Amino acid sequence: MNYPFFFYGFSALMIASALGVVLARNPVYAVLSLVSTLFALSGLFVLLQAYFVAVMQIIIYAGAVLVLFLFVVMLLDTAPETLFRVKGGTLRVVGALFGLVFLSQLVAAARAFLVSPWAAAAPARMPGTTEAIGKLLFTTYALPFEVASILLLVGVIGAVVLAKKRVP
Amino acid sequence: MNVHPYLLVSGILFTIGLIGVVTRRNVIMILLSLEILLNAANLAFVAFSRVHGNLTGQLMVFFVMIVAAAEITVGLAIAVVLVRLANKTEADQLRSLKW
Amino acid sequence: MVAGLLWIIPAAPLAAFFGIALATRKSRPLSAALAIGALGLSFLCALQVLLFSVHHDGAAIQASLPWVTLPGLSLELGLLMDPLAILMTLVVTGVGLMIFIYSVGYMADEPGFTRYFAYLSLFAFSMLGIVLANNFVTLFMCWELVGASSYLLIGYWYDRPKAAEAGKKAFLVNRIADFGFLLGILMLWSASGSNGAARTLNFAQLAQRLPSLSANGPLTLIGFLIFCGVVGKSAQFPLHVWLPDAMEGPTPVSALIHAATMVAAGVYLLCRTFFLLSAAPQVLEWIAVIGGFTALFAASMALVENDIKRVLAYSTLSQLGYMVMALGLGGYTAGMYHLTTHAFFKAMLFMGAGCVIHALHTNDIWHMGGLVRTMPATSAIFFIGSLALCGIWPLSGFWSKDEILTLAFEHNRILWAVGTVTAGMTAFYMGRVLCVAFLGQPKSREHHAHEAPLIMLGPLVPLAILSMIGGFIGIPHLLNYQAAGAHVEFNSTVALISSIAALAGLALAYRIYGQGFQPSRELQAAADPVVLLLRRKYFIDEIYAWINQNIQQRAADWMGLFERHVIISFCVNGTAKITGLAGRILRRAQTGKVQGYALTLLIGLSLLIYATWRWVP
Repeated sequence: MNYPFFFYGFSALMIASALGVVLARNPVYAVLSLVSTLFALSGLFVLLQAYFVAVMQIIIYAGAVLVLFLFVVMLLDTAPETLFRVKGGTLRVVGALFGLVFLSQLVAAARAFLVSPWAAAAPARMPGTTEAIGKLLFTTYALPFEVASILLLVGVIGAVVLAKKRVP
Repeated sequence: MNVHPYLLVSGILFTIGLIGVVTRRNVIMILLSLEILLNAANLAFVAFSRVHGNLTGQLMVFFVMIVAAAEITVGLAIAVVLVRLANKTEADQLRSLKW
Repeated sequence: MVAGLLWIIPAAPLAAFFGIALATRKSRPLSAALAIGALGLSFLCALQVLLFSVHHDGAAIQASLPWVTLPGLSLELGLLMDPLAILMTLVVTGVGLMIFIYSVGYMADEPGFTRYFAYLSLFAFSMLGIVLANNFVTLFMCWELVGASSYLLIGYWYDRPKAAEAGKKAFLVNRIADFGFLLGILMLWSASGSNGAARTLNFAQLAQRLPSLSANGPLTLIGFLIFCGVVGKSAQFPLHVWLPDAMEGPTPVSALIHAATMVAAGVYLLCRTFFLLSAAPQVLEWIAVIGGFTALFAASMALVENDIKRVLAYSTLSQLGYMVMALGLGGYTAGMYHLTTHAFFKAMLFMGAGCVIHALHTNDIWHMGGLVRTMPATSAIFFIGSLALCGIWPLSGFWSKDEILTLAFEHNRILWAVGTVTAGMTAFYMGRVLCVAFLGQPKSREHHAHEAPLIMLGPLVPLAILSMIGGFIGIPHLLNYQAAGAHVEFNSTVALISSIAALAGLALAYRIYGQGFQPSRELQAAADPVVLLLRRKYFIDEIYAWINQNIQQRAADWMGLFERHVIISFCVNGTAKITGLAGRILRRAQTGKVQGYALTLLIGLSLLIYATWRWVP
């Protein structure tokens, strides 16, 4: 299995799609680019032997969350925006610049990771299966799990309350 | 296994998302860029989980996804209300918190 | 046990004050009873302490409550009882008691009866506090309180503008003097710490440290500043101006405060600090000179005064001058002796005058006349008091005044001459009052003079007796338990000369006012400018008003300008404006754009990461 090939392929696809999200003017195009990004990311997860997470990414993120996004985009029916206008243009240029600065810092951090003691100690195979995650989830992390479900409940109620039209 | 490349990729993805948040003017676009940020973080988590050989990182990803879902729900609801009330979709026109 | 008695003496009037002010305002008999009872209790306790002290050969008793105890500062509220204090306490409580009883009759028709007794009790408390204080702090506190009580009582009839003005004047003049006094106390405080001993203002401790005090601080200056306080409280020149105006208050107040006790507080202070002053002989010289001058100066103004109370006020000023002069000459015993006898007869004179005023509703001696026939008892008392004041043998005033004059004769002939001349003038003006007001025909037709009620005459009797026998009851002997005062031997020459002067004054007064002798027109014309000068009190009030208006007011206006422009506009408003300006500039960071805030976060984060990378090892 030509591991580097898959890695480069998926990474390139992901980054290109991410750029597409950020640079697209039409909101629908942006959402679809995001879908592509998430798929590529899922591939990377598989390469890292995190199978459950990969599948979850596709089902939840790409499946549910982005569908929701699409619905809202089409509900709001926004016009394609122009990316840079004169007013507030400086802000955006500065923002982009600092983004690059930040990137350089991240790269430096990653390089530092290379020389750190953990770099070489990775095990050969990882138990990234559903069964393993399930075991952990329902024993050690049972409380966060329950709290997360309450969080979702709160989110749903919040969304309903917020978006409801007031009955006159 | 060498996870160094994965960290680099995660960093690049994060930066892209960051630039998107700061630069885009439409509210929905900002939320989308936010999603990219979250996913970059997820990638980093999984990479580190691989490094240490246990599943803690992946469980973290699990919870991040749940929280992201909840957050997106509420965020989109707010965006809908905002657009409906103020009739503006651009972030720099929503300036009522100005001094 | 004796210490307990000591605390009761000032505490009883204080309790009476609070009792009247809080509880018995509505009830006249209760208030009067409370005040009189409290002071009576103090008097009895003082007698008891006297017996104790005589039994123990005049040993001093102290009782003290620590008030502030910090490493560099320790203050106490304390009482000291030595023969000097006992004598003064007996005078204050005894004479005071008589006056309190008298007041019940005098103030019987007043609406503010209970208020009066409350103030009187407050005064009694503060006066006893001064007398019994064992350190400068307690003394100064009570000193100020006495000034406040005096203000309240002078301005008792507060709806009379003259009374209110007089009260203000008294308080302000005293304040000026007390400023000097306080400076003196503070300088003394700083000079008292030496050889590792803590700084103190306790009299006994200061007396022990006297040698080091003179090494540490300018004792002359300190003595002079303390004398400043005396000048104000005992109304010496140039701060005498408040005492004549203080006669606007009720007559018993004049008797108690402005004759017998408060004004004598200055003399008492000089006795208390005598140990300090005797180490600074220059100050003593000044004290004697100012005292002598005041005596002459005040007597001269009394010669032309028509208001009976004011004559007595100037007389008080003059006698205070005598006392101060005595202390300046080193006559601790003589000064206190005269203070005691003066308290007896002056209080009596004031109260007698009060009886007359109460009956005739006028203060002017030219509206009185023939009181010998219509008010015989009062006249008799007034006569006795006047003769004592003039220093006629064998009344008490003779003995005490004589001791002072003998002291002056031995130390400073000029002052002796001044004293003798003043004695003559004293006799003259008292004789004038006697002839005009008491002898002759009644002048007033509207009010018929009737004898005063018993409650007003009664208290005068003990005082009259004391005025007569005061020379024989051994007051100097009591004081000589303390080694400070040297007893003056009786000098018959001085006694003879002063008696001649007094009798001459009385005779002259009788000739002019009793028999109606008119001096020649040339003499009258020559005397007119002098009389004008005296009548207008040497224009001192005008001078002071001019000084206040032109110098003090101008300085205050300049200061006001400075304050308004520099301090308020520049510092206070300036600070506010700078704050506002800063706010306006910094406010622009709040653009309301969320993305801007996110960008700021990003920039901050980058900087933080960079900083952590670079500077944290």
